[in-house]
Amino acid sequence: MLLRKPNPLDGSDIPSSEITPQAEYQRFLKERKIHDRRSFLTGAAAAGAAVLGADRLTSLLNPQVSVLAAGKLQTVPSPLSTHGEQLTSYQDVTTFNNFYEFGVDKSAPAHNAGGLPTRPWSIRVTGLVQKEKTIDIDTILKLHALEDRTYRHRCVEGWSMVIPWAGYSFSQFIEQCQPLSTAKYVQFYSYFDKKVDKWWAESSIDWPYSEGLRMDEAMNPLTLLTVGLYGDVLPNQNGAPVRIAVPWKYGFKSAKSIVEVRFVSKQPPTTWNDMAPNEYGFYSNVNPNVDHPRWSQKTERRIGLPFYAQRRETLMFNGYGDFVASMYKGMDLRRNF
Amino acid sequence: MNKSTLVLLKTLVWAACLIPAARLTYGAITNQLGADPTLTITFMSGLAALRLLVISLAITPARQLFPRLSWLIKFRRLLGLFAFFYASLHLFAYVGLYSYFDPHTMVTDILKRRFITVGIAAWLLLVPLAITSTTGWIRRLGGKRWNQLHKLVYVSVCLGLLHYWWQVKTGVLSPLGITLVMAALFVARPLLDWRKRRKVANARAA
Repeated sequence: MLLRKPNPLDGSDIPSSEITPQAEYQRFLKERKIHDRRSFLTGAAAAGAAVLGADRLTSLLNPQVSVLAAGKLQTVPSPLSTHGEQLTSYQDVTTFNNFYEFGVDKSAPAHNAGGLPTRPWSIRVTGLVQKEKTIDIDTILKLHALEDRTYRHRCVEGWSMVIPWAGYSFSQFIEQCQPLSTAKYVQFYSYFDKKVDKWWAESSIDWPYSEGLRMDEAMNPLTLLTVGLYGDVLPNQNGAPVRIAVPWKYGFKSAKSIVEVRFVSKQPPTTWNDMAPNEYGFYSNVNPNVDHPRWSQKTERRIGLPFYAQRRETLMFNGYGDFVASMYKGMDLRRNF
Repeated sequence: MNKSTLVLLKTLVWAACLIPAARLTYGAITNQLGADPTLTITFMSGLAALRLLVISLAITPARQLFPRLSWLIKFRRLLGLFAFFYASLHLFAYVGLYSYFDPHTMVTDILKRRFITVGIAAWLLLVPLAITSTTGWIRRLGGKRWNQLHKLVYVSVCLGLLHYWWQVKTGVLSPLGITLVMAALFVARPLLDWRKRRKVANARAA
């Protein structure tokens, strides 16, 4: 068996005994809020240093949060974050992944995605924009304050998680791209290199992975340009260094490891819709009333809970109807599934 | 083969057949069944059932190809019954872990979900085979009729493979390996039968 080299970027250098339980993460968020308030009082100039220092101080004073303090992302709370849900553990979020470029088993990406070259990294902005350009990851990380956004994540296969992402609304990124008014859709391309994604042949997908959103969906504040997980940079298996998270759609709509954002006038081809158009619609909004041809979507199993407590009702738009339902007014969601 | 060798080999085959169950038990005790234990239990038991069925079906061709291995027949019932054991565990995982023993859910699934329909059919076909696997039943049915009945295992394996293909996402090729092995066995049976008939005919002609 090949042993993976510890990689500080994906946290594999952290012994599993130190991986953050969610209670500690919650405490971490709470403590940081206190620090944020203090630094607000000490004035803007000292603020940055205070926040940085405060985290380090926390690690000295309270060894339990040492790993958290090693988190490389400075994030702020967000009103768009989902509350009242028990977070899925970091362990489960990072070892149960559909990332078929790195193998079709759920546990495969955690083993195989180590070779994903997350630095240097950039996103090509192409298609119907004022000027095509390339935006590198350091610029992306600084475009806007990174927000803690906890979202429900519902997989088309019938399981779900609750994941504390970090990032900002994709609309902020779109602004930088300066799309033309003729741009009606956004298409995402994921990283693909046969030398790195050696497991690509485990499925007959026509690589690279591609996904797409209608412009209004892409502009919706919930659509999150995601760079972090649990306050730390994204682990490779979760789509490092930058992915999209679209919480009211089935998980496969949220493309991972994005290398190109393309603005187009017509509905773009997308991977799963191409593979089986009768099973995976372009929209793929979470909808308990429209079954997958092979299984029901009425309920889902929440990963990480004891088996007798896992099964729960699936919510329309995954519970985000207040934010997104208006975009689909007048559309037959049975036909446009 | 003398008796002590046979006992030793049977013990080894038993041990090998119990490996998936042992791994599941160990994983359950040590909490190492992954983020989704329900999926792990269901997937591993289903895969073990299919693999054991395919191995049991390889015994006859292997004996025809290598007459010195004819003693392999002594292990076929064992493999078949273990396959049935894992298939039943797989079904039980679906009934308990996925459906929470809710008859309404299960009836809807069986009627509406084709991969579940064929899965249940594959298991149902194994039931009479498991029941009639005893020496008493072979005697009662007579060798020929028993053999005909047990040809049903081919139907069951095909349904089982279909169940596997229909369960995975379109384009996922995980079931390909075991399907190819099974296809090879399907081709091997008539080919080897034909070779045997020709040998007999040649021997008569000479």
